[in-house]
Amino acid sequence: MAKPAVPIHALAQQYGPHLNYAPAGGWRAESTHPYSLTKTHCCFCGQQCGIQLKVRDNQVIGFEPWEEFPFNRGMLCPKGVKRYLQNNHPDRLLDPLLRSEQGFRKASWDETLDFTARRLREIQERYGKDSVAVYGGASLSTEKSYLVGKFARVALGTRHIDYNGRLCMVSAGHAYKPAFGVDRSPMPWSDIPKAQVLLIIGANIGECAPITTDYVWRCRDNGGKLIVADPRITPIARNADLYLPVRPGTDLALLMGLLHIVLRDGLEDRQFISEHTSGFEAVAEAVQPYNPQKVAEMTGVPPQSIEKAAHWFGEAERAIALHARGIEHQSKGVENCAAVINLCLATGNIGREGAGCAMITGQGNGQGGREHGQKCDQLPGQRSIDDPEGRRHVASVWGIPVEEMPQKGLTAVEIMEAIHRGEIKGLLSLCFNPLVSLPDANFTREALEKIEFFGVIDFFLSETAQFADVVLAGSLQEEEDGLGCSAEGRVIHIRKSVDPPGNARQDCNILCDLAGRLGKGKYFPYASTAAILDELREASRGGIADYYGITYDKVDRQMGVFWPCPSLDHPGTPRLMEGGRSFYPDGKCRFMVTQWRESGDPVAPDFPIYLTTGRVVSQYLSGTQTRRIGELVDQYPDPKVEMHPRLAAAYEINQGDWVTIATRRSEITLQAMVVKTIRPDTVFIPYHWPGGRSANRLTHRTLDPHSKIPEYKVSACQLRKAGGPPQWWINRSANGAPPPGFQAVAKERP
Amino acid sequence: MHGYEFYVDPSRCIGCQSCMRACEECETHRGHSMINFDFIDRKETIGTAAYVCWHCDDPTCAQVCPADAIKKGEDGIVHASLKPRCIGCSNCVLACPFGIPKIIPEYDQMLKCDMCYDRTSEGKRPMCATVCPSQALAYVRPHEIAHRREKPTNVFQFGNQRVTTKVFMMAPEEQDSISIDVVDYMWEEKNNEAISEAQSGTVVAG
Repeated sequence: MAKPAVPIHALAQQYGPHLNYAPAGGWRAESTHPYSLTKTHCCFCGQQCGIQLKVRDNQVIGFEPWEEFPFNRGMLCPKGVKRYLQNNHPDRLLDPLLRSEQGFRKASWDETLDFTARRLREIQERYGKDSVAVYGGASLSTEKSYLVGKFARVALGTRHIDYNGRLCMVSAGHAYKPAFGVDRSPMPWSDIPKAQVLLIIGANIGECAPITTDYVWRCRDNGGKLIVADPRITPIARNADLYLPVRPGTDLALLMGLLHIVLRDGLEDRQFISEHTSGFEAVAEAVQPYNPQKVAEMTGVPPQSIEKAAHWFGEAERAIALHARGIEHQSKGVENCAAVINLCLATGNIGREGAGCAMITGQGNGQGGREHGQKCDQLPGQRSIDDPEGRRHVASVWGIPVEEMPQKGLTAVEIMEAIHRGEIKGLLSLCFNPLVSLPDANFTREALEKIEFFGVIDFFLSETAQFADVVLAGSLQEEEDGLGCSAEGRVIHIRKSVDPPGNARQDCNILCDLAGRLGKGKYFPYASTAAILDELREASRGGIADYYGITYDKVDRQMGVFWPCPSLDHPGTPRLMEGGRSFYPDGKCRFMVTQWRESGDPVAPDFPIYLTTGRVVSQYLSGTQTRRIGELVDQYPDPKVEMHPRLAAAYEINQGDWVTIATRRSEITLQAMVVKTIRPDTVFIPYHWPGGRSANRLTHRTLDPHSKIPEYKVSACQLRKAGGPPQWWINRSANGAPPPGFQAVAKERP
Repeated sequence: MHGYEFYVDPSRCIGCQSCMRACEECETHRGHSMINFDFIDRKETIGTAAYVCWHCDDPTCAQVCPADAIKKGEDGIVHASLKPRCIGCSNCVLACPFGIPKIIPEYDQMLKCDMCYDRTSEGKRPMCATVCPSQALAYVRPHEIAHRREKPTNVFQFGNQRVTTKVFMMAPEEQDSISIDVVDYMWEEKNNEAISEAQSGTVVAG
């Protein structure tokens, strides 16, 4: 309810982020203190690397590489190496909290759960079922994601359930599903080294999917050519055989231009097109105007580079196109992905070894978390919520009358907008930090201040949770068993390593208890996570993402199972569309016509520079976890604004100068990082931070009309050299001590 | 580990610093990374390089140590300084042609990469090379590295000092040793000897 009771810095004093540098119990020689190893997976990105956690006395004290796990073979990025430090963290919420005049007070589970259930019920009785929304997250296990969807639809009966995967790869999903009848990377990563040409567009692989780098380099070792399209020379571009410096928001023109040349020069695969696709003619007509000259003018990529890329891709026997948020985080994100698919279909690059296209899903369980019902438009098994047959099936598994199954609700950003308008009055959120991760952060803050009831389930007090009425102390990834699904479609097993500390509880446990207090306990009778999985298997059975044949034991035995896996004796499906056969009954893949649109926040004389946002390798998403891990913060402590020397010179900005970046919404002041690795018409800011360092104060809420993804990758901004450091920096430096949020827990030395 | 060798390929490095974060986890120097890592020139390039101690066959650091604190094992591993002997004089830091040894002030001792002696002696791979996502640091068998575009060399020419090492640098195929001095690539009648020591032709990219 409304603003935090005390100033944010007072909350930060108590709840962090503080920096954890050393494992629980300090750094002792392990040889003299026995520990056990749990084979599990990293809690962070969609690569879902295998890792072994060192466990002693119910605490995770370190890690050991898991070299047998086939995806990463022991490799880990710095986040994975340090992920164990989120365990036994001084900021960890050990008790449920209720808002008080002092900020928050510890309370019992009975008091907080009763309060939560009562407030949700009051709001629904007064304003209707749909006045309450639920936010889930793509870092939750598949079982938790399933449970969140069922909780919203059965325990609360609201249609407004969506998740932060809406900010991730939904544009890809909304292109792949219509094209192929299925939303999953069509190929396993083991195909990447086998391609002769690799087109990477809008994917900062080196920093956001670091393990994929090895697959890309092995492709080059095998003689493959690497094409990278990005406004920045990212680490993966350092070895590109062809670099295409595409202007932010113009990827669609580039992709249509590539197809234009392929068709102009007869490089298409006529046989594949006629046997395995439909809709080709309309797409061929749509790309007709996109000649290299026009595309060069739109994208800033030289015509000869566009020609070369098209010829490499079109002439290769096996070509792969990989994409990520760079093209998906746009108001034409779905079209961008569709254009990638069109290019692959036209050249016959799908459903074969070493050929295809794939989205590099970014969030931990970004794949699994979108398959089983926490997305507003889908029911378990990746069934459309509009599909009468799917509704009947899931309703029968859940034991509810089909007419009680809510219809499609609003998406993540739309839910926040409905809260701002006063239509949604109550919100229950877990695994989501919208104040940092949603665009137009000042708008998000206003919405949070208006909400009548806000309940949060989380393990740290995130910036968003500071606005909560009640915070239910939930569990870390390593504290609950479950499945996840990695970017390549491999279902993996997250093993419980430790119990939640203090009075914190497992998320599933909290949701089921809450369902009971809402009078719906009989629908949530699970004795274990395995029981949830068994129900999920039934609910997904016969659907697109069919998990019926997937068990923990099978996942362990096979080191992962690729879905669909429709029966217990089915080995799983690493490559989809084998032989060019889609998931549609007619087996055909669909070309999709794409149309050019301007960005929702166009550059203009008063806002003449492109702003694009993204990640750095040492931080993850809204930073709730990684901004609490000492060495990861030290590696890249604050966001900097990256700009080309030519742009810097125009504003008389030098390396390290304070620069104010203003958009049509707000402005922030950061230090300049002057580098020749970015287009001179563009600045880049990473988005992991809150408050005065929040890139999302600058971004806008224009959504892709189909996927409803925000256009994080394209905003218009203006620059001016600042007179001095901003308030966030001054506050930190005051008293010679780090400011709230930056008190380092003393580094323990041996 | 028998049959395994250490290979360094800066051209594969993506600057993620996973090697450093992992090295910090070592029991013997927790909180300190022994990896040498550079943004080569961040303003000009995204290029980065991470490397470990090269474990010279005839280590310069040991040659210049007045306290005889640096020992090379029979397996070719050049160890960090012996704590009872090291006087923290920094001779090794100044003399190492690769810039590897570090004086850790709070220990008043030189520490450096010992190729995870605790791990390799137990049949595990060194930590940095195990986690490295780009395999710019790799600890593999020679037939595995043979699949790569670049080829291994362990001969380095620093002016007149020729250094051979246990750790291999990946270099363009036609290059069988690495020199960092332009002179070594020049044609000079008076300096024919030095020229023949180095190769002619391509320069290793940064």
